[in-house]
Amino acid sequence: MVERAKWAEYEKAIADDHFYYARSCIRQNFFPGSEKAFLDILKNKLGKDIYDDPIHTSCTGIGYHSDIVPLETIMTVVARQFALMGEAGYENFATSCITSFGIYTEILHTWEEFPETKERTADYLMKATGRELVVPKNLAHTSDVMYHFRKDIAEKMVRPLVNVKTGEPLRVVEHIGCHYAKIFPKSGVGGSEFPYVLAGMIESWGGEVVDYPERRHCCGFGFRNYLVQANRGYSIANSQKKLESMAPYRPDFIVCNCPGCSMFLDKWQYAIAEMEGITYGQRGCGIPVLTYEEMAGLVLGYDPWELGMQMHAVDVEPLLNKMGVEYDPSAKYLGKSGKYIGKPAPTVVNRAVEASVYKLRG
Amino acid sequence: MLKVAVIGGGIAGMQTALRLRELGIEPIIFERDKELGGKVRNWHLLFPTFTESEAVLLPLKNRVAREKIEVRLATEVREFDSTSVTLASGEKIVVEAVVVCTGFTIFDARVKDEYGYGIYDNVYTSVDIERMFVDGKFAHWRGEEPERIAILHCVGSRDEKVCQRHCSKVCCVTGVKQAIELKRRFPKADIFNFYMDIRMFGPGYEELYHTAQREYGIHFVRGRISEASPLMDGRVQIKAEDTLTGRPLRMSVDMFILLVGMRSNSENEHFARTADLRLADSGFMQPKDLFVNNVCSNEEGIFYAGTVTAPKSIGEVLNEASMAADRVAEYLKER
Amino acid sequence: MALNFGYNISKPRVIDIDRNNLRKSVEIIRELPELQACIGCGTCTASCTAGNLTSFNFRKVHTLVRRGEYQGAYEELNKCMLCGKCRLLCPRGINTRGVIMLIKRKLGDF
Repeated sequence: MVERAKWAEYEKAIADDHFYYARSCIRQNFFPGSEKAFLDILKNKLGKDIYDDPIHTSCTGIGYHSDIVPLETIMTVVARQFALMGEAGYENFATSCITSFGIYTEILHTWEEFPETKERTADYLMKATGRELVVPKNLAHTSDVMYHFRKDIAEKMVRPLVNVKTGEPLRVVEHIGCHYAKIFPKSGVGGSEFPYVLAGMIESWGGEVVDYPERRHCCGFGFRNYLVQANRGYSIANSQKKLESMAPYRPDFIVCNCPGCSMFLDKWQYAIAEMEGITYGQRGCGIPVLTYEEMAGLVLGYDPWELGMQMHAVDVEPLLNKMGVEYDPSAKYLGKSGKYIGKPAPTVVNRAVEASVYKLRG
Repeated sequence: MLKVAVIGGGIAGMQTALRLRELGIEPIIFERDKELGGKVRNWHLLFPTFTESEAVLLPLKNRVAREKIEVRLATEVREFDSTSVTLASGEKIVVEAVVVCTGFTIFDARVKDEYGYGIYDNVYTSVDIERMFVDGKFAHWRGEEPERIAILHCVGSRDEKVCQRHCSKVCCVTGVKQAIELKRRFPKADIFNFYMDIRMFGPGYEELYHTAQREYGIHFVRGRISEASPLMDGRVQIKAEDTLTGRPLRMSVDMFILLVGMRSNSENEHFARTADLRLADSGFMQPKDLFVNNVCSNEEGIFYAGTVTAPKSIGEVLNEASMAADRVAEYLKER
Repeated sequence: MALNFGYNISKPRVIDIDRNNLRKSVEIIRELPELQACIGCGTCTASCTAGNLTSFNFRKVHTLVRRGEYQGAYEELNKCMLCGKCRLLCPRGINTRGVIMLIKRKLGDF
């Protein structure tokens, strides 16, 4: 149906080693093992040098997109992150968040187009922190980095994205954060209409990419929209539109490269199921939503609970069973120290039929 | 006899050469292809009268042969100035004047990747549709007759995102013509034309548009399609705004046809540099003025005819070609 | 019971040609094919006695009906005072009063 060659047409430069790592604000709450897994894969599986700096901050992107943080402020915060990278002796900036990636890309372009804004920012940075402004030699999102090493990961692959019972490739829906390539198509692998960053990983690791009508549609996150409770109706409707459109293709899981999208596509499935009794996955359940680090982690043989997958709203066990992942069900809700962390109440999205009066869609 | 070079053997080149010969001048046509006729060879029926393209091409070709006009086929021109033409082979031919009739380039629909041309099945360009009519073979969904067809106007025209700000002029009426032809061929199909403005500039065009609406029931939706995506069964889903109702609109179609625009040739820049010619912002050659000297270049002895200066219809091209030949004759006399 | 999170899931505003039942629309166009010739100039609405005082917009209503969006069209068309000015002005010669009567007859149920 689709000539995949098209998806790889635009290439972008991604550094081979020595990365300065910038974390996301929200990922550690919703997908708590992902960033840790990324660092571990890069350092221990691939032998790369990546620096996880404890003193960098939020890029303030959520505040910026919600009209709370002014442009000058965010530029100065971003300048500080770059300065920290320089001080740590790095030139390649790798950020874990799509919002941040969009902001870094946009600010670098703004500094280039309007040099006076760069001068002003350097001045503020000096006054506020006494630091010198530097710009990264290479800026990448961490999914770019993972994509860059997808073949090295494939060589170390323990469990391909294949259904062990049928031997068929898993059917994967990939969802790209809007600010990855919709602002600057050239900043993304594959451009904005056919981004290849996640599709490339899926194909290299044995899965099959599902193209469906609403593939390019936004998940509905939108910052100020979901932040205001009264606005959430049209925010959630966007995720619903995507889920409705992908459901007939019977995907085995969704993979995202954006903190907001993975959270939304996962948690909104819970909300839609509770509100309307509708689920979109197989056997009346939701569709598991993974981050690309979790996907890489499973492929490389990490334990799902080490990857933090017990924190998902949609249970991942059906997927783990398909992939033949060995896991200890009783360890799901044991924390790092082995202490019981509590178990969520039964939910409709995980087919808690007994707990609801809804007629579930198969 | 005075020798004049005609670069390009499409309808503009042939008509220019024929008129030059009438005026007692010796034309020599340089054509890159192995055959005369240019783009018109690819068209099936011509708007607005559904005349076969052969009705235009054959008389021109036959007259060129009868008049024994010198034609150099499969011959690429590397450079020229007002007194000589240098071929790709290195051969240099001395002439008294040059008429540039190198036409246009069809916009590559793959550049607008949101429409999935070359990626999704059942996405076609208007050029593909002409070929299907010429061959009488329609590639369509699962071998069945299409039930719904969408035709999108202005692909590669009036679009800053692909550096094509100009209007390609002939696509609107081509879209109307193809809608009617498709409806005649597939009477059960619903056909939707998506347009930004409908520009019916020629005689009989507006009437054709009216006929398409009233007699063929073609639906015209004012709104530019934003993207095409594949459906499970291989059809295509399109999204647009129905701007006259102010609501987003979505539908699946069996055929999605892109009316590709006319782009300036990439060689124009090279010719402009080597012969000191002016280019318009659109990349087409810039005539001396747009009124009394619209077939003259800014250089003495170099003339233009046809779509090398802007998108034009066949009738306009033929008129312009005669005019260019007349101005060459005047130039040679007054020189 | 369904949980209440303090918001509802918005319904799509899209005109979905695949889901709309176009049967009535096809019948209307078949009976008065000249309606397809509308070029959306808006002269009808500009001159409309009712449209100047209410939300009535003839051009929009008949366009929506042609796309299979029938909801509320009948009630809207009831606002027409049948003065005939729009028919006098239509550059495409559409029998606008005829269109109004036809749509009302066809969509009486909606």
